[in-house]
Amino acid sequence: MSQPSVPSTLGLSRRNFMTGTVSAAAAPLLVSSAKAEVPAAAGAALREPVVTSMRINKQAYELSLDTRTSLLDALRDHIGLTGTKKGCDHGQCGACTVLVDGKRVLSCLSFAVMNAGKDVMTVEGLASSDGKLHPMQQAFIDHDAFQCGYCTPGQILSAIGCINEGHAKSEDDIRDYMSGNICRCAAYPNIVAAILQARDQMKGA
Amino acid sequence: MRPFVYEQPTDISAAVAIASRFTTEDDQPTRANVQFIAGGTNLADYMKLGVAEPNRLVDLNRLKDPGLRQIRVTDDGIRFGALVRMGEAADHAELKRGYPVIADSLRLAASGQIRNMASLAGNVLQRTRCEYFRETSWHCNKRVPGSGCAAMEGFNRQHAVLGGSDACIATYHGDFAQALIALDAVVRAEGSRGARKIPLAKLHRQPRDTPEIETDLAADEIITAIEVPAVPWARRSLYLKIRDRESYAFALASAAVALDLDGDNVREARIALGGVATVPWRAKAAEEALQGKTLDEVSAGAAADAAFAGAEPRQHNAFKIELGKRTLVRALLETRDMKV
Repeated sequence: MSQPSVPSTLGLSRRNFMTGTVSAAAAPLLVSSAKAEVPAAAGAALREPVVTSMRINKQAYELSLDTRTSLLDALRDHIGLTGTKKGCDHGQCGACTVLVDGKRVLSCLSFAVMNAGKDVMTVEGLASSDGKLHPMQQAFIDHDAFQCGYCTPGQILSAIGCINEGHAKSEDDIRDYMSGNICRCAAYPNIVAAILQARDQMKGA
Repeated sequence: MRPFVYEQPTDISAAVAIASRFTTEDDQPTRANVQFIAGGTNLADYMKLGVAEPNRLVDLNRLKDPGLRQIRVTDDGIRFGALVRMGEAADHAELKRGYPVIADSLRLAASGQIRNMASLAGNVLQRTRCEYFRETSWHCNKRVPGSGCAAMEGFNRQHAVLGGSDACIATYHGDFAQALIALDAVVRAEGSRGARKIPLAKLHRQPRDTPEIETDLAADEIITAIEVPAVPWARRSLYLKIRDRESYAFALASAAVALDLDGDNVREARIALGGVATVPWRAKAAEEALQGKTLDEVSAGAAADAAFAGAEPRQHNAFKIELGKRTLVRALLETRDMKV
């Protein structure tokens, strides 16, 4: 399978991108960015992009990025995966939560270049290829665990991380270990109920 | 954000060499053009806000030494590699059993996501959350030396009542460092002038008239490990944290307490306070007040009075003196009553 390359500007439509087709526009970018990787040790110029490879939702990506780009902005603005939300952009609200190598982290406080070689999971990668929702997604629907929905992708990824860490043993446990995800609509009781349901299903899976 | 060059050395000496090459001996680590980054939860935030403006980041996560990622518990104590994440240590079974004050301090800090990202060494070095420090349009002696301090006459509810100066009253907001001080921990650091050990209690500097100097480290020094000796007061220890909400908030007042008791008599007491001071605050006067005494409400109260005898409140934070005393009394009595 060929590796999809994505230009750092939004040159591809999301549909093209999702099917993994590579447009010719990506090629020149790779040439210029290949240069950037070499001089890093030898005093690379500021503002020169850095080529970063990572797996996102089980698909390989090679990105040419300004070093200042957060993982969140790389996902949203450079790849087009807008499911991950930008709330505060300062690590206070949890809306940008994704899984990196299976652990929940804040993509807003992580420079994308620091994630080279990592496995990133976003809300877009949770459902199976036949469209069946992840038990956590289904539980959020079953329990009406959102109102406006803006915090929901972060809540869902954080909840999966929370269960995998073994910190969803009780309602109190869940409230404490999910405190990094703020819900402005205060759907908290429903979120707790959803996590309890998904926790038991994920165990059975 | 200011553009920066990104470097990812694979051994400590290379990381030190990069930092040495682009800094001078006079550079303060917090203000140097080169910054080390591990979890990034503190530094990335401050770079976005324009509080930190490095033009070169040295990513420590590619360092190969496996000891940097290990927690080793032996009969002599614990050795934390600098890159161990907060969450790994908080969930460590042997720590919870043998060194509860450490596990508590980490479990009660930050959020699940941040604990997965933040390294232990970075946690110890975290910078203040003072609103006037965070927002660059205000005067701040810590951010811009000599510019003044907007917190003195500003909204200073969260500010320090211990260890402040006319230049700065910004609170040290961490929790872990207090637990480490209570157990006589030491940090190991490596820099261009070699490797050394620094007692955690001497790592942070009170602001005095140079609040921009926050620690004893040089700009090219990296903390490589944190070591905690197996002191007799490690097991009977806890961290009590009082805050505006029950989870994911900084301490208004906190106490790390560790006791070696003979019945109810205090053989040795260690006390460090958080949320109320400019640095992780060892309450020596309180420890001395308890030495050899029977630990009860009266002696605990006297120790708390001693701990806050030198407190200097401002307009909005005077409540921290009473809150801090009550926090310490409760922590002392709960520690006394622990079943170990």
